[in-house]
Amino acid sequence: MVMAEDLESRFRKTLADSDLQAAVYAGTGLLMQKRRAVVSPDVLPDYQELRDHARALKEHALANLDHYLEQFEGNVRAHGGKVVWCRDGDDVASFLVDLAREKNARLLVKSKSMTTEEIDLNEHLGRHGLEVVETDLGEFIVQLAKARPYHIVVPAMNMTRYDISDLFLRTLGVGPETVPENQTQIARAVLREKFLAADIGVSGANFLVADSGAVVLVTNEGNGRMSTTLPKVHVAIAGIEKIIPRAQDLPVFLKLLGRSATGQALTVYTSFLSGPRRPGEVDGPEEFYVVLLDNGRTRLLADESKRESLYCLRCGGCLNHCPVYRKIGGHNYPWVYSGPIGSVIGPLYRGLERDPWLPFASSLCGACAEVCPVKIDLPRLLLELRRDITDLKSRHGQEWQERSGFRAWAWVMKHPRIYEMLGKMGSFMLRPHASGHWLRRVPFVLNVGPLRAWLSERDLPPLPKRSFRELWRRRVKGRENHAAR
Amino acid sequence: MRRDDILRDVRSALRRTGGQPVGEVPAARLRVQPADVESRLRQFCAALESLAGKAHCAASCAEAFAYASKLLAGGTAVASNAPFLNTCGIISLPGVRTGRFEEAHLRSLCASADLGITSADYAIAETGTLVILSSAEEARMISLLPPVHLAILPSDRILTSLDELFSILPYPAEKTSSTVLITGPSRTADIEMTLIRKVHGPGEVHVVIVKT
Repeated sequence: MVMAEDLESRFRKTLADSDLQAAVYAGTGLLMQKRRAVVSPDVLPDYQELRDHARALKEHALANLDHYLEQFEGNVRAHGGKVVWCRDGDDVASFLVDLAREKNARLLVKSKSMTTEEIDLNEHLGRHGLEVVETDLGEFIVQLAKARPYHIVVPAMNMTRYDISDLFLRTLGVGPETVPENQTQIARAVLREKFLAADIGVSGANFLVADSGAVVLVTNEGNGRMSTTLPKVHVAIAGIEKIIPRAQDLPVFLKLLGRSATGQALTVYTSFLSGPRRPGEVDGPEEFYVVLLDNGRTRLLADESKRESLYCLRCGGCLNHCPVYRKIGGHNYPWVYSGPIGSVIGPLYRGLERDPWLPFASSLCGACAEVCPVKIDLPRLLLELRRDITDLKSRHGQEWQERSGFRAWAWVMKHPRIYEMLGKMGSFMLRPHASGHWLRRVPFVLNVGPLRAWLSERDLPPLPKRSFRELWRRRVKGRENHAAR
Repeated sequence: MRRDDILRDVRSALRRTGGQPVGEVPAARLRVQPADVESRLRQFCAALESLAGKAHCAASCAEAFAYASKLLAGGTAVASNAPFLNTCGIISLPGVRTGRFEEAHLRSLCASADLGITSADYAIAETGTLVILSSAEEARMISLLPPVHLAILPSDRILTSLDELFSILPYPAEKTSSTVLITGPSRTADIEMTLIRKVHGPGEVHVVIVKT
């Protein structure tokens, strides 16, 4: 796979940025360590059983998704909420713009949601004159920096406290302040005002519970609770795959999610929300909407061998454990979802032709599958995507060099004498380039096109003086001589 | 219509027809280990303390009252309408506001109070978690807006685990629009992975458990 030249130079730039490398290496390393401490057999003996069970539940829920979506919708309605079905980001934006107009709303506060990142909701709404404020500390920083989340769970992982000090000074006019505690208090004060003034609270959903019509939110800072308690209207935006059958299934998922994401047995706040406030309840939203988003999911659902990529809980565990993510970081991935899961769902949601290099950017080491709380077989999915992309390319008549290369190879393999002759020539020609056990350079005739790219990343041993065929002939001859004697 | 289009696509992807019954659902996995009140109490306190929460075991309501009084230390507080707070006499503490307030009033009280006092419907020993169901007795804001949260509850409300909670509360939505699990003080690690408390929610969580 030949990568676009600018992509390669971007990777090289990331690799050369030692501050960034240190931040990402330390951040993901800490998350790995924290996870390991809470899933070890002495503290969580049934960890593997929980993974199997969670996977079985997801498999079941998705195999019967239409049923559970309808059940969920019925229960949301029964509790006085409304369900809005959206095909894509445009649908979501137009629903929210209309809702804001109807409610005369200007300010929306948003708790952390990857699904809304996926559809660029803030940009959409901004164009309609609505102010959308990210309230998760990391997302708030990322929004001020006009960037994209670096990591599913730790959006500003790439930034140092000094970057944040500069950012706050430039955008909020506060500081310079380089102490993280004080930086957090600055954000708290700014966001507290927003929470108290907001007209609509937007959240994602970690789970949609079919038998309750409930949205479950898992957060640590309290911004999820703020966004769903103070504004008069709460809109939860969730992919249709977030459905689980029963409230009683939550313990299995909650035990896995916090541990896999941040090494917590349970995050600080888990909110189980179903409908607007009931008679007698003093606070909470007066209106409750759940947006069910497709955005490529139904297409993926039909692909049975890749359906399991919809089981993802967005814990970020596979990112932390991925040697590729840990080197190239989150911003070199073409979409909001990075790491192994991003390399799988990116092409599946958006089409294989969009970033065909992505599934190839993996060593297939398998660490991601080892830590996935729902046991998604990511290496298998990456391999299948590679096959699909290669098929697609050969159908489109691309990669003529590769094809003619293999044709020539096949022809040589079918002509033993020529094969042997080329082998001898190769051995003779390459020998002067060897040093020790490896070839250090190749003759200029080989140093062209795709072969150069291939050789630039690989060390080869020189061809031996005598080929296997030659050795074999000698051996057979020797035996015959021996027998004749 | 979007709804029908999407459901149609889902069905065609799954090769299912409308109203087709579901396959066998994996059984709910709830493992409840029995434990006596003493050990639940110990476990709860240890779990909460490990998260930088403060747990206090009170022998009587009077002791809980004394704890609240000391924590308040002349500041202002908003207390929920939970009957157990009444039992403990919390409402008679100077500086404590309580009552059936309008939302806007309650909000301004909570936004300026030093302390929010609630009870809890349950606590979970394994994780040091408070479980609060929103109701006329418990408003959501009291455990959310003030910088310090104090919860006072009797010891018989401590459950062993998340599994036990959902086995006795299989349909939380039947009772309330909001069930919240609170496990220690509000925290973040979004800046250089440094653990910092008090982001949007309370930076301190105190739990007083009164032995029954």
